[in-house]
Amino acid sequence: MLANLIGFLGDFDRAEEAAQEAFAVAAERWPRDGTPANPGAWLTTTARNRAIDRIRRERTFAAKAQLLDVPETTEEEMQETEQGGVFSDERLELLFTCCHPALSTEAQVALTLRTLGGLRTEQIARAFLVPEATLAKRLVRAKHKIKAAGIPFRVPPDHLLPDRLLAVLAVVYLIFNEGYGGQVELAGEAIRLGRALAELMPDEAEVHALLALMLLHDARREARFAEGAVVLLDEQDRALWDGEQIAQGRAVLQRALALGGGGPYALQAQIAALHTEEPRDWSAIAALYGRLAALTGSPVVGLNRAVALAEAGDPVSALELVDGLELDDYHYLHATRAELLRRLGRVPDARAAYGRALELVHAEAERSLLRRKLAELDAQPG
Amino acid sequence: MTYLLQIYSSTPMSEYEALSEEQKSAITGEYMKIGQTPGVLGGHQLQGPETATTVRVQDGQTLTTDGPFAETKEVVGGYFLYEADDLDAAIELAARIPAARMGGAIEVRPVVER
Repeated sequence: MLANLIGFLGDFDRAEEAAQEAFAVAAERWPRDGTPANPGAWLTTTARNRAIDRIRRERTFAAKAQLLDVPETTEEEMQETEQGGVFSDERLELLFTCCHPALSTEAQVALTLRTLGGLRTEQIARAFLVPEATLAKRLVRAKHKIKAAGIPFRVPPDHLLPDRLLAVLAVVYLIFNEGYGGQVELAGEAIRLGRALAELMPDEAEVHALLALMLLHDARREARFAEGAVVLLDEQDRALWDGEQIAQGRAVLQRALALGGGGPYALQAQIAALHTEEPRDWSAIAALYGRLAALTGSPVVGLNRAVALAEAGDPVSALELVDGLELDDYHYLHATRAELLRRLGRVPDARAAYGRALELVHAEAERSLLRRKLAELDAQPG
Repeated sequence: MTYLLQIYSSTPMSEYEALSEEQKSAITGEYMKIGQTPGVLGGHQLQGPETATTVRVQDGQTLTTDGPFAETKEVVGGYFLYEADDLDAAIELAARIPAARMGGAIEVRPVVER
């Protein structure tokens, strides 16, 4: 309903106000008069009419003259249009508006969570470890920018759609990743958004691919941490994996592939799916990382490819690849190097690499893991 | 909505200077074409920052300094005033401006409508 109001009014704050007023009226009237046959239509009609009244009274929205001419709608009319499909779900328009490139990424994320995720400002602030006042200001500024700079409320036209869809997917994945580090709440929100997007854009391969990727990653969340330390994939207790969600992820992935998925999310989802199999097909995983690296040019992808190569039985090529990567400030690089050096029997070099990794690591859970690996190394002769 | 598109180019404009006369005149042609796009209300190329004078008034006194307001690597080389349906349309026009692909940038800002 909120999305519909925002689309109708072109204004986030008015839409929220109108919605709140409608709920207040409902809370007062329905117990007295009985619940209407179509509560949704009733609420939306009431909200729209209240908003129109307010605008008429204020008289400052000359630009919205077309609204002033809109006759007050009746509940019957609302029901008809709803069935006729004209009264459309405008969540997609809202999502693209929230993720418009003219807004900063932080603003896109906050606005998406606030208006589509329905999270409270305070919840979003906590999730991103910023003061509530900062987040509130960010939202106010973003809404103001949308109105003042004329960011259109629409699904972008075809020639802009591919890039804009990438931006939307990036925001959803960012929300998922921020949640994946330990705050389950956000991961769930991201998956919800992913599902809505898949429903609204069923013919887009990468949309399904992202949903599959998130479902597959999230299915392993219970096994990722133990006693405050990160648990490696190999050592995870598979009983803690959500088998049903994995099956669902695989099914969604099939849909993406059927739609021709060869994009980055499709590749990542395929890799994630392969990781849930036993035994792991490391050559296939390495090949997929190779395709992903070619697409994105990302050195982190190169690093993952090296790990897969090593697991597939070729630590020498893996180390060669790693040494060619420009990622000196990335602790995973050094941790990976350390592991490869260990496998190649170069213990002093491995020790040095673990030391470098420990200098760079942030999260306590990961620090514990690195310390454990170093201790295991020290326990070896040499 | 009406937008001011401020055209920033980096100095020195070595990329531009390295072009042939033919290429330079092609670029001028592009600017003219943009200026003739429906919705463009006006536009000018500005003379270089070395021709600028900055004016302030303090305690009733007019103070002038030689040069642009800010001595930056990027300078305003020109502008267009564009009436567009929405920001996307303004962005599309801005992206056509040659300076944008030659190391410069276009600031797109809505004017206050009174």
